[in-house]
Amino acid sequence: MSENKKIGADALMTKGWLGAHRWLLLRRASQLGILALFLLGPWAGLWLIKGNLAYSLTLETLPLADPYVLLQSLLTGHVPERLALIGAALVIGLYVVIGGRSYCSWVCPLNMLTDLAAWLRRRLGIKGGAHFSRNTRYWLLAMTLLLAAATGTIVWEMLNPVAMLHRGIIFGLGMAWSIVLAVFLFDLFVSPDGWCGHLCPVGAFYSLIGKASLLRVSATQRAACNDCMDCFAVCPEPQVIKPALKGQAKGIGPLITSHNCTNCGRCIDVCSKDVFGFASRFNNKAEVSAPQGGATALGNRS
Amino acid sequence: MEATSNNQSRRQFFLDVAKAACGIGMFGLGLGLYARQARALPPTAIRPPGALAEADFQGACIRCGMCVRDCPYNILELARPEDDLATGTPYFVARKIPCEMCEDIPCVKACPTGALDHKLTDINKAKMGLAALVDQETCLNFLGLRCDVCYRVCPVIDKAITLERTHNVRTTKHTMFLPTVHSEHCTGCGKCEKSCVLEVAAIKVFPINLAKGALGEHYRLGWEEKQKAGASLVAPEIEHQYNLPEGYKYEQGPGLSGEAVPPAAAQPAVPKALHGDQL
Ligand code: SF4
Ligand code: SF4
Ligand code: SF4
Ligand code: SF4
Repeated sequence: MSENKKIGADALMTKGWLGAHRWLLLRRASQLGILALFLLGPWAGLWLIKGNLAYSLTLETLPLADPYVLLQSLLTGHVPERLALIGAALVIGLYVVIGGRSYCSWVCPLNMLTDLAAWLRRRLGIKGGAHFSRNTRYWLLAMTLLLAAATGTIVWEMLNPVAMLHRGIIFGLGMAWSIVLAVFLFDLFVSPDGWCGHLCPVGAFYSLIGKASLLRVSATQRAACNDCMDCFAVCPEPQVIKPALKGQAKGIGPLITSHNCTNCGRCIDVCSKDVFGFASRFNNKAEVSAPQGGATALGNRS
Repeated sequence: MEATSNNQSRRQFFLDVAKAACGIGMFGLGLGLYARQARALPPTAIRPPGALAEADFQGACIRCGMCVRDCPYNILELARPEDDLATGTPYFVARKIPCEMCEDIPCVKACPTGALDHKLTDINKAKMGLAALVDQETCLNFLGLRCDVCYRVCPVIDKAITLERTHNVRTTKHTMFLPTVHSEHCTGCGKCEKSCVLEVAAIKVFPINLAKGALGEHYRLGWEEKQKAGASLVAPEIEHQYNLPEGYKYEQGPGLSGEAVPPAAAQPAVPKALHGDQL
């Protein structure tokens, strides 16, 4: 890693700005686009979508529901009406295919803020901070489920910054901004990737849904890696990259199999050697020596 | 060597787990206690029609706002974190904007979870809250005037709210028309509170648990039991003996058909039981 060089500078040079930000731009377009669709109703009176991420009805026909909040509701002892259950089943089905944490990088509105915090951290050279286990989020997830069962109330929704932000933008923010700001500052000053990478039970829940997802990032051209380490620097879950990128010697396939990968595609963007690309889960052969793996790498520009 | 480092890392692992479990346990406890506080509705927050009992509602409502969207009068809001009720749950404030009691109840139909019970199909059976005339000192009708506004705006007029006539003792020659709410028919729509002409409404709608009293389980209302049984339950029916101060008596006949009149000779108006120092 060249110390003074900006992360992704190589990619910027070889691929140009657009090429080095392709997936990032698509992702922002998706996150903002989804938000815009939700806002079209209250702001322009165009009701394509009603509701919020907890439950929404698109074009008065397509129900989509957050399976996490619905699971909590079930644990309180309430059996929801059919529409909510159908909505949750559809969402689960979607994320089983495209990767649970695609929710995080392609839908979640809070992600834009935590990404901003991570970016500022790199930009301002803020180093260090509190370190704690990335598994804390699973403990939190378990705690929220337990709490729902124990109290008969969907307790987590009283605090959930993800829901609060999305609901707030659409239905009125109130003091919710303070909780969102707290998450932002926490990520910026206290702990790198602190919220999304360590604490958020929403992300943890979607990780689990996407454990066996079809769509994955794959280091198909890993033989071309020149160890610039840029991918590790931009990845919000850097621990997921190593086995795929460096596992050839151990016979590990190039597919990033960890369910914590958010399918954000930043590694694809930031790599000047086009090592990464999106691939299907079934293309995970550890190639013997040839640099061309069998995977269809969407991210590779030929 | 291998073994000890293995042991160490295992110990570290268990320590980490213990730490995480402790921290999260504390956090969960705090959150649980906070949730307990938010369990009771504040007096001004009224849930939409069909809402389950508050404790159940908080487990059923996923805070999606579909009810808010489908209310044609835009009366509903989702609670914000600084509000006094569970964040994200729908409510309205009667004095600001009451429920119009839509016949097709779109809010209930829109609810995907059944937090607003789909079994409610007749809006007149809704129990959003209960109106109570809380301030007789300022209610114009109680002052002897004829305001009647709360009565006249009630969508369930003459059932949910009636004007009960009594004698105006102040003027001695007028009748007072006292607005009286009947919980059996009041839907809690809040129209009465909204339209009360006073600076601060004398009639207010509250969540039912705040507005409604409850008799002890074992209470039986004699006159109702008598009607149910078709005859007196105390046989033979005894003529009631009234405890009047000594020397007082009813002028004529049994019961209260006549006025109690004091005897001609002035008597101390103290019941016999209080003579001496018995109390
Ligand atoms: S981890 Fe949580 S806050 Fe972060 S992107 Fe995922 S759902 Fe959103
Ligand atoms: S009955 Fe009508 S006015 Fe009342 S809350 Fe429902 S939709 Fe709104
Ligand atoms: S529609 Fe039902 S689940 Fe959604 S906010 Fe209203 S009451 Fe809650
Ligand atoms: S709240 Fe008032 S207006 Fe509404 S039904 Fe009850 S008494 Fe009538």
